Amino acid sequence: MAKSSIKIRAKAKNGVVTVKTLISHKMETGLRKDKKTGKIIPAHFIENVVCEHNGVIVLDAEWGVAISKNPYLSFKFGGGKAGDKVKLTWKDNTGKSDSLETKVK
Amino acid sequence: MQRRHFLKNTMATGAIALAASSGLLVPGQVLAAWNKKAFDAKDVQSALKAAVGTELTEASDKIHIKAPQIAENGAVVPITISSTLSNVKSITIISEKNSTPLVAKFDLKGKTEAYISTRIKMGKTSNIIAVCESGGKYYSARKEVKVTIGGCGG
Repeated sequence: MAKSSIKIRAKAKNGVVTVKTLISHKMETGLRKDKKTGKIIPAHFIENVVCEHNGVIVLDAEWGVAISKNPYLSFKFGGGKAGDKVKLTWKDNTGKSDSLETKVK
Repeated sequence: MQRRHFLKNTMATGAIALAASSGLLVPGQVLAAWNKKAFDAKDVQSALKAAVGTELTEASDKIHIKAPQIAENGAVVPITISSTLSNVKSITIISEKNSTPLVAKFDLKGKTEAYISTRIKMGKTSNIIAVCESGGKYYSARKEVKVTIGGCGG
């Protein structure tokens, strides 16, 4: 399989899991112009990010174009321990998506 | 300041009432997975109304926004929002002077803590507004970030 667009780390400490993730995505706003052709580069950005902990959704995010290129996201949830599964899925406005599962350390 | 806000709010509400009545004809749009209306909104009031259902939020000192005072590059502004409010259901991030102010909305499910850290784009110097939903009410906090190079457009 090609290299995933997602990098994810999840670490448990005192029952609280901290998830840090980086997604490789250009997050095009639809406001920029191509310098050579002068045409507007169409918007291309991640709309939805969902994170599951052992199959249960813990975070459901809706993003606009104002999230930076190659988005970084970090959040925390309780009730987790080392070895638990954390899965992150994103979907963009062109219908593309990707997901990656990792184990909590 | 108060009075200006009041005027702004009433005007915005009028516009939304109109939009809502015309919107009733296409209820499917409202239920769409991605809240297009909220993200397309051009001002803070209508963005908030579309995103969380109300533009009235209560200022709270229990929401903490960590952001740089001066961001050299508006394309990448690191921000962290945390709150000591109990049972926070969602966190909404707004950059006041972006052409579409709504940045993102995070729905926190189950035992997810009121903590979000991410990087956003800012068109110019403006306030970052964080809105937290707790116990059916909306609380907000704001912090100004000075931007020297804008992050929208080229």
